[in-house]
Amino acid sequence: MSAAAPGTKAGGWREQAPLIFPALMLLAFFVVPFGLMIAVSLFERVAGGFYQPVLTTANYARFLSLFFGKILVFSLGLSALVSALCLIVGAPFTYLLTKLRRKWQVPWLVAMLAVLSLSEVIIGFSWSTLLSRTAGLSNLFVSLGLMDNPDAWTPGFFAVLAGMTYQAFPYAVLVLYPSFSRLDPSLAEAARTLGASPLRAFFTVILPALRMALIATFIIVFVFALGAYLLPQLLGRPEHWTLSVLITDQAIYQSNMPFAAAMAVFLVVTSLSLVLLTTTLGRKGRAA
Amino acid sequence: MSALELANVTKRYGSVLAVDDAVLDVPAGSFVCLLGPSGCGKTTLMRMIAGLETPTAGTIRFNDETINERPVHRRDFGMVFQSLALFPHLSVGENIAYPLKIRGRPRAERDARVVELLDLVRLPGVADRSVAQLSGGQRQRVAIARALAVSPKLFLLDEPLSALDAKLREAMQVELRQLQERLGITTIVVTHDQREAMTMADTIVVMKGGRIQQMDRPIVIYRRPANAFVADFLGQTNLLTAHAADGGATIADAPVPGLTLPAGCATAEVSIRPEDVSVEREGAAPLPATVEFVRDMGSAVEVYLATAAGRIVAQRAAGRNDLMVGDTVSLALDPAAIVVFPAGATA
Repeated sequence: MSAAAPGTKAGGWREQAPLIFPALMLLAFFVVPFGLMIAVSLFERVAGGFYQPVLTTANYARFLSLFFGKILVFSLGLSALVSALCLIVGAPFTYLLTKLRRKWQVPWLVAMLAVLSLSEVIIGFSWSTLLSRTAGLSNLFVSLGLMDNPDAWTPGFFAVLAGMTYQAFPYAVLVLYPSFSRLDPSLAEAARTLGASPLRAFFTVILPALRMALIATFIIVFVFALGAYLLPQLLGRPEHWTLSVLITDQAIYQSNMPFAAAMAVFLVVTSLSLVLLTTTLGRKGRAA
Repeated sequence: MSALELANVTKRYGSVLAVDDAVLDVPAGSFVCLLGPSGCGKTTLMRMIAGLETPTAGTIRFNDETINERPVHRRDFGMVFQSLALFPHLSVGENIAYPLKIRGRPRAERDARVVELLDLVRLPGVADRSVAQLSGGQRQRVAIARALAVSPKLFLLDEPLSALDAKLREAMQVELRQLQERLGITTIVVTHDQREAMTMADTIVVMKGGRIQQMDRPIVIYRRPANAFVADFLGQTNLLTAHAADGGATIADAPVPGLTLPAGCATAEVSIRPEDVSVEREGAAPLPATVEFVRDMGSAVEVYLATAAGRIVAQRAAGRNDLMVGDTVSLALDPAAIVVFPAGATA
């Protein structure tokens, strides 16, 4: 035993070695900036200046007002709605995609990936044109006789929702795709031989078997949508602005770094707790 | 009495004929193996019986009712899939109780049935475990228990043992057959393993290229194969060409006393099993041969021999390993054991 111990230790060290680089990267690009942000969030703002290192919880206290409370609820609600829409459209879409022949799956996936290469700015301006009164879809509907007069659909809540869902949709499909394509097609057939109608088989076997993928997708899209700050500004009115928009506003236009940092810390904590939630649920799913 | 009758059942996928004009009678309580190489149509045939595929032509009758159009979930057949298809989100007990739950049986009845079924497949006390915690053989048993939960009228198994290692597979074959005899349930198994079919079946249905080649009791198929494909697929055999000669036949110019070809055949393909070839000392029998390789497997000795008729494998009893590579010997072929395939009988 004692003879083996040093060898094991050396092997253990060598096994850990490949982790050093990512650990350093994580330290340099996440732990240090996040630590700085936490520190700044506890500092006091100097009006007309920057901030001074005097510890205060005032930034967090201000954050607990009704105004910010409303924005927080709106941001979380909007993100949840975007995730739900992505799942409602994305799950059947991905299911049908995996049923296609390989030859047809590839162009669809490439098209999905192409959307990812578009910047948020381009997506925002495209949607605002598409939904505008002068050059938008409503003109097409008027010419088809479906509407009497062209209408402006932007800025507005549904424009924000549409733009953000469009942007997040490829992520949803890419997260769903592996588990959907790995799903054993005989699961549904087995349920049917055991007496379940096709619809019953879908709800009692297919959906529960894909539960983890659906939860993971919801959370990834949720966290992603929580960080969106351009689309709400491009496609929405001020009442549709999210917490991320306010962080940008406070940090850049109001030069209130401590308050922006406090809000950002909250956003990161929310995102991290959701990631933790996924992993706990994942472990539970495997154990059950 | 026939439980299941297939009349001229055909399945076509575009231009591919997966199952061609299958006619099959399965007596109630019997154990039938659909045997053939991959792509022979055996799985498609079983899926049509289960209702997972619709026949392009022909009728499937069960207990004197045509069931072509009856949906899968109304057939009440139990099926074990090759992948087992155990539901990953349910425990072992919930998997087995699934068909009972679908039929709205009360909880107490379901729980009692799960215990009963787990005892039946000799896997007691695992109802609360997750499927992922079981070994391959245990999962196999759970899949069988689940398929039997509602006492199906017909029990279908699609390559059920293919994922198991050789030793476990042989044990499960015996167990599955004993289980079927105890329950008296009409059973159809799809397999590509001829040993599996020989172990379990009352009737073997040999398929190739979508067509049924032969169906009969295992020993009849082994001893009297209908064509060269069946002879070669079921067990090991030597396929040779025989020539008609005055009052008999020859194989590679060596006379085979007692063998006659059907009238009008100048040549015919014949099959002889290795155990029916006896190795004699040089000159004692008509067909000269040279020993190429000796395979002593303990339970029997296989001798690979080069002859004018091509390679012939002979099997000798255990312990008779006195031949060396390069020895010249002679072979006697038992005429009673030779099966003759007249031209045209080959599929």
